[in-house]
Amino acid sequence: MTIIKIEDLVFEYRRDDESPPVKAIGGVNIDIEEGSFTAVIGRNGSGKSTLAKNINALLLPSGGAVYVDGFRTSDEGALWEVRRRAGMVFQNPDNQIVSAIIEDDVAFGPENIGVESDEIRRRVTDALRSVDMYEERKKSPHMLSGGQKQRVAIAGVIAMRPKCIIFDEPTAMLDPGGRREVMDILLRLHRDGITIVLITHFMDEAVKADRIVIMDEGEVVLDGSPAEIFSRPDRIRALHLDVPLAVDLCDRLRRRGYDVPPGIVGIEEMVAYLCR
Amino acid sequence: MIRDITIGQYYPGETWVHRLDPRLKITVTLIFIVALFFVRDFLGYVIAIAALGGVIAISRVPLGFILRGLKAIFIIIVFTFALNMFLTAGTPLIKIGFFTVTREGLYGAVFMALRLVLLIIGSSLLTLTTKPIKLTDGIESLLGPLRVIGVPAHELAMMMTIALRFIPTLLEETDKIMKAQMARGADFESGSILRRAKNLIPILVPLFISAFRIAQDLAMAMEARCYRGGEGRTKLHVLKFESRDAAATLLTALFVLLILFERVYSDEIRAFLAL
Repeated sequence: MTIIKIEDLVFEYRRDDESPPVKAIGGVNIDIEEGSFTAVIGRNGSGKSTLAKNINALLLPSGGAVYVDGFRTSDEGALWEVRRRAGMVFQNPDNQIVSAIIEDDVAFGPENIGVESDEIRRRVTDALRSVDMYEERKKSPHMLSGGQKQRVAIAGVIAMRPKCIIFDEPTAMLDPGGRREVMDILLRLHRDGITIVLITHFMDEAVKADRIVIMDEGEVVLDGSPAEIFSRPDRIRALHLDVPLAVDLCDRLRRRGYDVPPGIVGIEEMVAYLCR
Repeated sequence: MIRDITIGQYYPGETWVHRLDPRLKITVTLIFIVALFFVRDFLGYVIAIAALGGVIAISRVPLGFILRGLKAIFIIIVFTFALNMFLTAGTPLIKIGFFTVTREGLYGAVFMALRLVLLIIGSSLLTLTTKPIKLTDGIESLLGPLRVIGVPAHELAMMMTIALRFIPTLLEETDKIMKAQMARGADFESGSILRRAKNLIPILVPLFISAFRIAQDLAMAMEARCYRGGEGRTKLHVLKFESRDAAATLLTALFVLLILFERVYSDEIRAFLAL
């Protein structure tokens, strides 16, 4: 079943009133299946972050339409239905935590949608447990590491019980440890059946997805499974993007005459192949 | 160094005083302040000091910690004391140059200073024993009825919550900006006060810009989490009036009665004590 439907999405903005509109997204069509894990990658300015904000109705389309679970984002009456179904985690771990106490912050979303206080308590406990931050619930955000703050932000979204979560470069400001923590949580949520859309520019994160969408200059240029996408590394490099380490290694081995089977994109698969 | 600052002056604890309903604590503090102005003589202060001492003893906040709060207003106390002492007309006691210390002046000075000290200790006890976040909840709830006449109770509380949350963030930001400018030769430590104040301007400008950027990010994050003002909002912590709050109410009523009784019958009491 399709949960997010993006139809001929066009998004334009103006720098100021006089200047001509700039096209950030020009006619994008993407259907996202319920329970899937889609990674959207692209250079800076490729429109990937604008796309993310369109799914959550933080930005509204200039043309075309976006549907979340059947609700159209541009339909004013459906705004809150869209936002409680499609949660969003942003890049900066500091600027998305509202309260000076962790558990109060996680409760912020459920409070906004009018959940009863007993139920809020249950949801906060569940959400904090699922990101392994329950022990820290009484602490203040400024005492946490970047990865921990990002996990709190994720808990805040989980507590609203969304069907899908859009991650807008959640690891861009984290150290490698924090990045790993966040990715582990993200994969766990995917296993629990939540639809994941991950906007990123780390290829090693993107290869963990079921599907990769590559954007460039506001358009989708490649769309497919990681194995398909990275079967021709030259196309990726032509878009000024890196290829994952494993893909690069396969490519170099092939050029030296080794017969490496296709479809190796992750480190684990590479290790399995080399150590067979 | 900036990481371990405490916000406000909360003294953590789990005592009876700490656990009281914040709405009640705010109200009681206001009542205490008003009651101090009803006190006419030192006997009234004895009652107030006894009450305050009792609360401090229960709250287990060290006295030194409380008195440190007086340091900030020490100058004001001394100033009030001096003004009262020298500028009140009455029976002269001592003459120092132009100034005459009168009996009434000395009495008034001690009286006023005592009132100021009690005021400060009483109100700082509120912030010492109440977490800022609970204080916010209490203020929101107390201002709630005033929404009818247009007081934005929820918005005020939300602003306080966000301010509390972002004090450490902005401090870190200031630290970062200062270091960046020191790396390029800025000097914040030497020169006259005026010069040092001037040197702070290049810090304030980027700090403001970064505060606006944070505000924009936060607004977007709040909207994404379905924030739409106070309407139809529920709360994780529901304030409940419990038996200890009822007990505290009774004690406060007793205190107010004592203060009023002392004011009305002060002459009789003095006559009785003189017996």
